[in-house]
Amino acid sequence: MKKKVEVKEVRTGLHNRRSFLKLGGLAVAGTGLLLVGCNNDDDGGGGNTPDANQLPGIRNGVFDLGGGDLGILTYAYALEQLEADFYTRVVNSNSFGSTFNAEEQQILTDLYNHEVVHREFFRTAISGVLQDEPDRVLPDLQFNYGGLNFNDRLAVLNTAKALEDTGVSAYNGAGRYLTTPDYLVIAGKIVSVEARHAAAIRDLLNPGSASFAGDDIVDANGLDPAQMPSQIISAVSDLEFITTPFTAMYLE
Amino acid sequence: MNIIKFIESFTNDSFLNAKGSRRESFSQFGKLGSNAAMAAVPFGLASMLFTQKANAASSAFLSATADTPTSALQLALILEYLEDEFYATALDTNGLIPSADRAVFEQISQHEAAHVEFLMGALDTDAPAKPTFDFTANGTFDPFNNYDQFLALSQAFEDTGVRAYKGQAANLITEPGLLTAALQIHSVEARHASQVRRLRGLKGWIPGNDEGGHPAAADAVYAGEANTNQLGFNTANVQETNGPAIPAIAGSESYDEPLTGQQATNIANLFIVQ
Repeated sequence: MKKKVEVKEVRTGLHNRRSFLKLGGLAVAGTGLLLVGCNNDDDGGGGNTPDANQLPGIRNGVFDLGGGDLGILTYAYALEQLEADFYTRVVNSNSFGSTFNAEEQQILTDLYNHEVVHREFFRTAISGVLQDEPDRVLPDLQFNYGGLNFNDRLAVLNTAKALEDTGVSAYNGAGRYLTTPDYLVIAGKIVSVEARHAAAIRDLLNPGSASFAGDDIVDANGLDPAQMPSQIISAVSDLEFITTPFTAMYLE
Repeated sequence: MNIIKFIESFTNDSFLNAKGSRRESFSQFGKLGSNAAMAAVPFGLASMLFTQKANAASSAFLSATADTPTSALQLALILEYLEDEFYATALDTNGLIPSADRAVFEQISQHEAAHVEFLMGALDTDAPAKPTFDFTANGTFDPFNNYDQFLALSQAFEDTGVRAYKGQAANLITEPGLLTAALQIHSVEARHASQVRRLRGLKGWIPGNDEGGHPAAADAVYAGEANTNQLGFNTANVQETNGPAIPAIAGSESYDEPLTGQQATNIANLFIVQ
């Protein structure tokens, strides 16, 4: 058992969530947060814990991904935002045509296409479920790739590899927390495409080798990784690409 | 059967000749050691499994109608048996797989063997016996003498595997440990599929259900793969203003579609001696 502070949101109506988040979560005024107390929370995982009932939304001035199926979908939406943004910058780079050969350009453009489609799917699906509470839909996150040189073929491909392998592990690890079969099937439909991406990017880096499903990523049982959301979020945070703060208090 | 026409069509297509240049750059990479495949396999899964026995798959093959966790893994094991024997036979066939491609198929073969072991352990006494396979599908193919046919069948098996595991996910929703393991296998099959498709000069993902001009007979392996409706969202009509326009075909490429247990069983049965 662990104790968790439960924050009750008192919604005050209009506020500009997007600009609020750009402030880095420092601004609390206007969001009407009210600390109401503590409760005991059996942190057993799965779909029947109190965590599963926590909707995405702003808590303590920062957007929290929430728990349950909507929390997992919102988590996936955040990851797809990252992937889509990364490939958007790759294909928009002035040197895209000179940095990558024709095959690489085709693959990176396809990946851009696919990740944007995934992102827009989640935006629409989550917005549909939360149509009466649009403030609970994860806003557009902001990204900064620091010193990543988009003219550097190896740097871009290695970043793509990390993102795709992470995406595979994230979806594999998240599946067990979904309680709605339709959502599980959707996650399955997406994760295999992420795995196809990972294999293609790995093959660009090490052509014709075993790297597409290398021993560095697939274990001796022939299994890809499956990491919990908390592990993935920690790993993604370490990349320091996402500048918009968010929390994941109700995901395992 | 439709699938036979389908596979014939793409073993004969001219795009088979559109091989990439990656084969030429192979030599710098040595062969894989095979030791990793021999590492100990934890079979703890078996003990966390089924309190109920499957409706006995005592014969060589199963009826794919039960939709239980056990039936899901039994179907998976049949498909893994098929893939495992297919690749092991090919690797043992002198002169079939060019040296430039051996590392790829050694890695795939290693994974399929591991998947067989893993699923046999998970199913324990519910594991179906290994069927007798006929990869010529009653004389229709000659995959162990014809590398293009081998590649075409490999692609069909891998894409079928991806779709079949996906179709069983919901049957495992009550068994989180097994579901996770199945997903971990599923994504490895997708890595394989991507690589084999690209060896054949195709995209690693599936645009619509069109494999480069094959006839509608492809429905057996790629039926429904062109779907662009995901929970009501039209994936073929995504507008993006921050980057290049998204082509409609990206919608179907972005999502792999499931096969039902019956669909996957029908495909596997083409290669099983009844």
